[in-house]
Amino acid sequence: MAEVRLLQGNEAVVEGALIGGLTFFAGYPITPSTEVAEGLARRLPKVGGKFIQMEDEIASMAAIIGASCAGAKTMTATSGPGFSLMQENLGYAYIAEVPCVVVNVQRGGPSTGLPTKVSQADTMQARWGTHGDYVAIAVAPQSVEETIRLTVRAMNLAEDYRTPVILLLDEVLGHMREKVVMPDPGAIKIIDRVKPTVPANWYKPFEITPSFKSPMAAFGEGYRFHVTGLTHNEEGFPISDPKRTFDKLNKLHNKIMRYVDEICEIETDGMADAHVAVVAYGSVARAAKQAVMMARHRRMKVGQVRPITIWPTNEKKYHEIFGSKSLEVIIVAELNQGQYVTEIERVAPKHVKVVSLARFDSELITPDQILEKIKEVR
Amino acid sequence: MLQKSDVVHQYLRPKKAFPNVWCPGCGIGIVMGCLVRAIDTLQLNRDDVCLVSGIGCSSRMPAYLDFNTLHTTHGRALAFATGVKLAKPHMKVIVITGDGDALAIGGNHFIHSARRNIDITTIVINNMIYGMTGGQFSPTTPADSYATTSPYGNKENNFDIPKLAMGAGATYVARGTVYHVNQLDELIEQAIAKRGFSVVEAFSNCHTYYGRLNRAGDAVKMIEDMKKNVIPLKAAAKLPPEKLEGKMLTGVFLDLEKPEYCDRYQELIDSLKGK
Ligand SMILES: Cc1ncc(C[n+]2csc(CCOP(=O)(O)OP(=O)(O)O)c2C)c(N)n1
Ligand code: SF4
Repeated sequence: MAEVRLLQGNEAVVEGALIGGLTFFAGYPITPSTEVAEGLARRLPKVGGKFIQMEDEIASMAAIIGASCAGAKTMTATSGPGFSLMQENLGYAYIAEVPCVVVNVQRGGPSTGLPTKVSQADTMQARWGTHGDYVAIAVAPQSVEETIRLTVRAMNLAEDYRTPVILLLDEVLGHMREKVVMPDPGAIKIIDRVKPTVPANWYKPFEITPSFKSPMAAFGEGYRFHVTGLTHNEEGFPISDPKRTFDKLNKLHNKIMRYVDEICEIETDGMADAHVAVVAYGSVARAAKQAVMMARHRRMKVGQVRPITIWPTNEKKYHEIFGSKSLEVIIVAELNQGQYVTEIERVAPKHVKVVSLARFDSELITPDQILEKIKEVR
Repeated sequence: MLQKSDVVHQYLRPKKAFPNVWCPGCGIGIVMGCLVRAIDTLQLNRDDVCLVSGIGCSSRMPAYLDFNTLHTTHGRALAFATGVKLAKPHMKVIVITGDGDALAIGGNHFIHSARRNIDITTIVINNMIYGMTGGQFSPTTPADSYATTSPYGNKENNFDIPKLAMGAGATYVARGTVYHVNQLDELIEQAIAKRGFSVVEAFSNCHTYYGRLNRAGDAVKMIEDMKKNVIPLKAAAKLPPEKLEGKMLTGVFLDLEKPEYCDRYQELIDSLKGK
């Protein structure tokens, strides 16, 4: 029989990380993410993995990139202020195509803000936090059980696309305890990065292949390659000419956007004849589910849309979801002043009105609040 | 017998386009030669060597050399190197960094790497200035020296790299110059052989900026001055303090045995096995 446990979201990240094959974690303590580091400090050495508490978040991000280049499956965990510090080297991981997972258990901000209170105010930081052009992948679970699955998925996506993946939790999810049916070992698919098979002197670590994906060797295994944060050619050496600069940035874009159908998980419920749609992710999605149920009891035609992969945006898919003639209004409920609503506005059909339900007083959005909004816009 | 330069050529990257980015006469190339000869003398397997650097003229070195090479962000080389080393403890991880890279933006990583005593060799190429960004003062620029950001003379005090490294917990600390090439070969060799956090300050010339702004002359003059200004540690021990005024001490400042971080972590893993 499947094992049942009572876990908090941060502990679920630890379980997911171990299922996903994590071998290296570097981090710096910050509320409300610290239990991830504490759990992995205890568990990783038992399975031969390494945990290191670095001197700050900049160093933590750097260390996981270094370890990943040396072949490890890596992760760090933080919250808003630490996530800001990681942005410099997160950009490095994007351009150098280094797989790694960054967990951000969001708290209130800006700055040190509200360490023990919930928010979703790093939604845009997860997309646009570092400098330059890149495509971010971020996933956001709504429950503790789903956190296990999405932690593994984040690691798989990182390995598959040779890119950082952000696992976006919020304080409530990080600290809430819930019943979890543990997945059977072996039931979740684990993806490992593709290693080169060509002789070492043929290997191009950043080759622009037809699939835009390129195999990744590990330091210390016979392939002596160069990794740099400077814009580089397929061999990894710095370049500055327009043609190859274009090719490199285009690769970063295409290796993800071409697979957007595969990467993006969006859950929908009752959208076929809905007049009103409620879009929400993370713990807010649970309030949205309750509100939609209550509305339907009152015979209102309301549907729910839950982005699980919150970045990148699958535009085509949203056009389908929001394309029905009956749909009039989309409510985007989120714990910030309205960050994701701008993205939904971008992909909503012109005839559909998009309204924001923004709460940023450090409390959760309640089902009643969403229901009120539904009544108001209907 | 192989000439010294032939040894270096064997380790250059075949696919990397030369010429390099350094000004003619820059001492960084000399340090590169010293590093390669040290690795060659130690007979290290190239696949087991990883060179990590930050940002600056000095940090461009790894790209030219045929090892596993990681050119990172400004100041962060040691933090990246820590990840490489922990993931592959059998590798020889060597950090090439400038004085600004290692001690200004990277100062925190420098002292904490030393404190952990992780088996990484750090070669700080000290040219007393920021070369790549065009001559601003660095944490090793002497007081009253000129830089583009200290046009009236530097009002800050400078770090003494060996003292800083020793205070933070390094287990091997040495200083050499690009004039004393044979000695620098040996210091780097000893540092790499050391199991623990080792630091070699390689004193070098940036005639393009430091030299010009401080009327210290061209590359040849600056390198010749190193010969005049240097006193080996052993000789200094016998001299009265007034004779050491304004002189630079070179040699091995510290060489001691201390448990190494990766070894201690491996012991932990072994002790937990089966538990
Ligand atoms: C975060 C960040 N800040 C500033 C810079 C600009 N920058 C490039 S190299 C450098 C200083 C390099 O000086 P040093 O480490 O002494 O090396 P040198 O060029 O003298 O060898 C600076 C400030 C940067 N690349 N990144
Ligand atoms: S600017 Fe100075 S440090 Fe940089 S290459 Fe030229 S001489 Fe060397």
